[in-house]
Amino acid sequence: MENNNAKMYLNEEINSNKTESRFLEFWKLFRKKKPALYSLYFIILLLALVVAGQYITPFDHTEPDYGNVLNSPSWPYVFGTDEYGRDLFSRIIAGTEIALTVSLTAVTIGAIAGTILGLISGFFGKWIDKAIMRLCDILFAFPDLILAIGIVAILGPGLQNVIIAIAFFSVPSFARIVRSSTLEVKELLFVESAKSMGASRKRIVFKHIFPETIPVVIVYFTMNVGTAILSAASLSFLGLGAELSSPDWGAMLSMGRDYIGTSFHIVFFPGLMIFLTVLAFNILGDGMRDVLDPKTRD
Amino acid sequence: MLRYIIKRLLSLLPLLLVVSFFVFMFIHFIPGDPARLMAGQDAGVEEIENARNALGLNDPILVQYTTYLSSLLQLELGESYRSGIPVIDLISDRIGPSLLLTFFSILWALVIGILLGIISAVFRDRLPDRLGMLTAVSGISLPNFWLGLVAIQIFSVQLGWLPTGGINDGLKSYILPSFALGAGIMAMIARFTRSSLVHTLKQDYIRTGRSKGLSGQHIIYGHALKNSLIPVITVAGLQFGFLLGGSVVVETVFSFPGLGQLLIDSISYRDYPVVQALILFFSVQFILVNLIVDILYSLFNPKIRYD
Repeated sequence: MENNNAKMYLNEEINSNKTESRFLEFWKLFRKKKPALYSLYFIILLLALVVAGQYITPFDHTEPDYGNVLNSPSWPYVFGTDEYGRDLFSRIIAGTEIALTVSLTAVTIGAIAGTILGLISGFFGKWIDKAIMRLCDILFAFPDLILAIGIVAILGPGLQNVIIAIAFFSVPSFARIVRSSTLEVKELLFVESAKSMGASRKRIVFKHIFPETIPVVIVYFTMNVGTAILSAASLSFLGLGAELSSPDWGAMLSMGRDYIGTSFHIVFFPGLMIFLTVLAFNILGDGMRDVLDPKTRD
Repeated sequence: MLRYIIKRLLSLLPLLLVVSFFVFMFIHFIPGDPARLMAGQDAGVEEIENARNALGLNDPILVQYTTYLSSLLQLELGESYRSGIPVIDLISDRIGPSLLLTFFSILWALVIGILLGIISAVFRDRLPDRLGMLTAVSGISLPNFWLGLVAIQIFSVQLGWLPTGGINDGLKSYILPSFALGAGIMAMIARFTRSSLVHTLKQDYIRTGRSKGLSGQHIIYGHALKNSLIPVITVAGLQFGFLLGGSVVVETVFSFPGLGQLLIDSISYRDYPVVQALILFFSVQFILVNLIVDILYSLFNPKIRYD
């Protein structure tokens, strides 16, 4: 009995060492990718702003101040003020939470659903595979943003429906990418040996195949967050997403475009923030792909 | 060749059927009663019932779908709830400017994207490559509506060179919208051209060319480029959907009287027949563009025709 316990303990240690060394190996290579590393720092900063933003913003982002309407950037309003005299810097910081919550939630849902479908499709093959892939083909036949607009047209405007729409069009691409890496892993020796040892299909899929697909999913996840932020901002800009009075970056641009020409800062800064955030996710995604999935590079 | 094209066309039919079925179901997914929507807010019970009969909503779903399909084939897309104008007329009024906008956008995106990709591949890992790829990743990350607004601020408001929107200034009106719409796809084409060319330059026949003493330029422009650009067409086709989605946003920025703006207007007025027809139109356009791309691809690359 004791012997058994010791064995289990040993096994676990080997396993945790394996994950740890994998991560260290990744980090050693990743650290050298300076642009990706700085992008990661930027994203961590944004996440910190989501948590602590409300304590450091100089002004209340909801409080109108009719004595300071449409101020150009100047101290103490570093990014200027909007048409209600609200501090733009404070509003942009408050908008970080909306942008990251919406995009991360949507892509997480899409990634989970897509990964499960991809694993099933790749592992079981035959008609299940065909059915799932045909379903993906149908979803691919609609341009992403058009599909999202259609879904929001049915469900009605609002951030929750934006999340559903974005999650929906993220599913097929995750399904395809996980399917193809499942097909590769399935043929590997250790999966064969697990099979021959009588492991259940569930165990093979989740214990042996799924972990091997994680790197691809992570890379793809990161890249999709950028796209999701852009899509969500586009929908808000079109009036189909966040409430126009909220500090959502897309909604701020939508409201601000009437003041272009006289007060350009109120469209400039929210847009710049969308750009920098999406850029950071894209560069991070590129860097991680180079390290985790080198064969797709060049 | 003809056989390949016919085969591809036939394989498209099931997809078109399913897509049209989904779009047909669109009106049934909307919460609320389509008959009530059509009859208007103050309609009485009888009027709603009449509308229901007129819409055929009492028939079984499959019968309704067949009716829908046969009217689609006769290009009868119903009438706008808002104006009563046939949807097909609304679309044909606006299709011209939208197609022209898409055409200009993809044109400049292809030319500049391919050029940028070549420069980056030729100067791989050196400064021009770094700058080119920085431009590309920025292009992918730029919100096109913001790019459009910044361009309006610079070229229309400050310099006064170009109109801020509409299409009343002839071709001049298309410059800024095409710029904003094409930037993202230009960036994707640049990235893909680079990686495709870098991949080709590693092939054996290129090494043979070099060992025969061919100049670097001759190798790139005479041999490598031709083979690298074939996959670029496919990527451009796949990214076309991105362009169609983007056109909705860019048309809104520039108050451009195209199909994208019609879609957004119709959504805000709950003018569902128009919304339904436009979603179908955009999807079919996307499917057809990819069909053309596939056929072009097979023209350039005879290998795949025989699969």
